[in-house]
Amino acid sequence: MKPCACLLFAAGLLLAGGARANQAEHVQASHAWLRVLPGDLPAGAYLTLTNNSDQSVALRGATSTAYADVMLHKSSTASGMSSMTAVNSLPVPAHGSAVLAPAGYHLMLMKAAHPVKPGDTVKLILQFTDGSTLATDFMARPANAIDAGR
Amino acid sequence: MKHTGIRRTALLLLLTLVVTLLGGCDHDEKLPFRLTDVSGHMPNLDFKLTDDHGKPATAANYRGKVVLLYFGYTHCPDVCPLTMAQLHVVMQRLGPLADGARILFVTVDPARDTPAVMHAYVNAFDPHAVGLTGSAGDIEALSKRYRSAYTREPTASDGGYDVSHSSAIYVFDRQGNARILATPADAQDDLVHDLHLLLDNGTNR
Repeated sequence: MKPCACLLFAAGLLLAGGARANQAEHVQASHAWLRVLPGDLPAGAYLTLTNNSDQSVALRGATSTAYADVMLHKSSTASGMSSMTAVNSLPVPAHGSAVLAPAGYHLMLMKAAHPVKPGDTVKLILQFTDGSTLATDFMARPANAIDAGR
Repeated sequence: MKHTGIRRTALLLLLTLVVTLLGGCDHDEKLPFRLTDVSGHMPNLDFKLTDDHGKPATAANYRGKVVLLYFGYTHCPDVCPLTMAQLHVVMQRLGPLADGARILFVTVDPARDTPAVMHAYVNAFDPHAVGLTGSAGDIEALSKRYRSAYTREPTASDGGYDVSHSSAIYVFDRQGNARILATPADAQDDLVHDLHLLLDNGTNR
């Protein structure tokens, strides 16, 4: 009986995990795009997150099979100097939105598994601090694009 | 009497010539720029670097062109490509006049930015863009000349590092004189306006 209980417990955990992974349904992603740079240079990915719930959520990063490393970053300009810092999370307020856009918050995509070309679609699994996830398709755009183009 | 008349005419011609020449050489001729006018307040364009074809490049190679000088690095995924993409839009808005301009993208990360890497990078943005790299000392000299700064901070365990760099775009006229300082926060219309002044102005010289 004991091993059986353990299995049940494990199955329960998996189910709970599965249920939590669906929780991000109250968060919507739009205008998701990334800028393709030549070679294996790191790329910036951008999107708008809209939270339709009464609960604040926070983006903490993303994973992808297309890139070995994804980091949540923020660019800033102070006294004429541009710099980039890693951030732990980006809050998306209840009934509000958060924008990841050039020269601000972005996901830095590094070490592409395969070369990504403009026009490709890249799937990122957005991860939130409450453990929920949101699979999002990002449109790969040319280096000299200035926005999502739509 | 006749002699004096000829001499007087010659003198007058000479004077006219001198005045015209002086006028033509007046590189600080006031133009109604909308962006920060740095005419006479910043040193002229001068450098010895390597272009993205691996060939030696000096400021003299770009005399006759209006130059937009920008410091960055290719491993910068956000601000540098945004600035380059915005400059591409500016070039498009200038139309055929853009042929009189060059975007000089100078790397502050020469260890990773070889001419080949720079070539692929600048060509992904605009046909008027040139990538410049060189020795750390030569790049530092150019950067210091315009009081531009950059720092390098190791971040990742795999030897990766972040670079902070000046976000300014320095604009030089066809004679290599510093004329305008633009920042990414400035309105694009203003940069297009000011480049028109420099490009229109230069065609008849």
